[in-house]
Amino acid sequence: MEQTIVENERLAQARALVASLEAGDDVDATRIIRNFPENIETDLFQEVGRLTRELHGAIIGFAMDDKVVQAVQHEMPDAAERLTYVIEMTENAANTTLKAVEESVPVSEELLQVSSKLAAEWERFRDRKMELEDFRALSEEIGSFLTLASDHSKTLNKNLSEVLLAQGYQDITGQIIRRVITLIQDVEEKLVRLVAISGTARMNEIEKAKVELEGPAVPNIEQGEMVNSQDDVDDLLSSLGF
Amino acid sequence: MKILIVDDFSTMRRIIKNLLRDLGFTNTHEADDGLTALPMLQSGNFDFLISDWNMPGMTGIDLLKKVRADPKLATLPVLMVTAETKREQIILAAEAGVNGYVIKPFTAGTLEEKINKIFERVAG
Repeated sequence: MEQTIVENERLAQARALVASLEAGDDVDATRIIRNFPENIETDLFQEVGRLTRELHGAIIGFAMDDKVVQAVQHEMPDAAERLTYVIEMTENAANTTLKAVEESVPVSEELLQVSSKLAAEWERFRDRKMELEDFRALSEEIGSFLTLASDHSKTLNKNLSEVLLAQGYQDITGQIIRRVITLIQDVEEKLVRLVAISGTARMNEIEKAKVELEGPAVPNIEQGEMVNSQDDVDDLLSSLGF
Repeated sequence: MKILIVDDFSTMRRIIKNLLRDLGFTNTHEADDGLTALPMLQSGNFDFLISDWNMPGMTGIDLLKKVRADPKLATLPVLMVTAETKREQIILAAEAGVNGYVIKPFTAGTLEEKINKIFERVAG
């Protein structure tokens, strides 16, 4: 409909131009000719102006959006802080667990060593190959072993419950990481909307920067050709002559 | 057997140290990246190097290249223990002259197997 109006208007202008030329009215003809390109330019400028205003409005809206301001000024630094805390917590949990294990290994080794020694002597007693004097010594050794076993079991129990408690980090770090994921998704959504408004996103031209190190394999993330297991590594290396 | 463990995470160094102790290797030393490891290797008469890849300062792959380029260290057996599982990277490590490649997380069994394999080959 609009198109027809424009065409009719141009047709009218063309007819007026012909009429002016035929009538020999140069002044009028020049005026009409000047009007042509100006009209076209005005349309173009208007369209560019409209797009610019829209984009400007979108950017202002984006910047003024409280949630975005909040995200950039507070939540992003917070997120970094939170993730640093996750590293700290996992490190503490690992250290606690390692300490408990390092303390427990010699304790269980001692239990094993003393009990095997006593078992051998006990065997000798059961076979009636033991002198009375030796039996007295064995009896005392068994007595002190029982005390040792009881003390060591307490130590092992204490260390095991430390290991158990240390696993609590998983719950807390899980919650923290989930919050950060929500924030990132929120910002991502807003950025996508901004890109959609500006319209001419040349997404294909934006190539993913080549990263030299991929870090740990994360399920469901495109990281290039990754091996899945130690067996794959071994196969790959043996195919290279290892 | 004197072993140098290089990893930027102290917990990982500690895990490897404990596993090595269980395997009977008690003479272990630690460094937190390639820059601290290299001078230790150059002056310390180490028999074996276990290194992570991704570390600040100097990465494990750069450390490996420096080791292979140093005439005194060129034949030092090197085991890479890393979370890097990209095929290209494993090939890169192989080309740089790594003796074994273990991906994290690993088991005590895997570590023992790779270490034994390296020593068998070095001896043979």
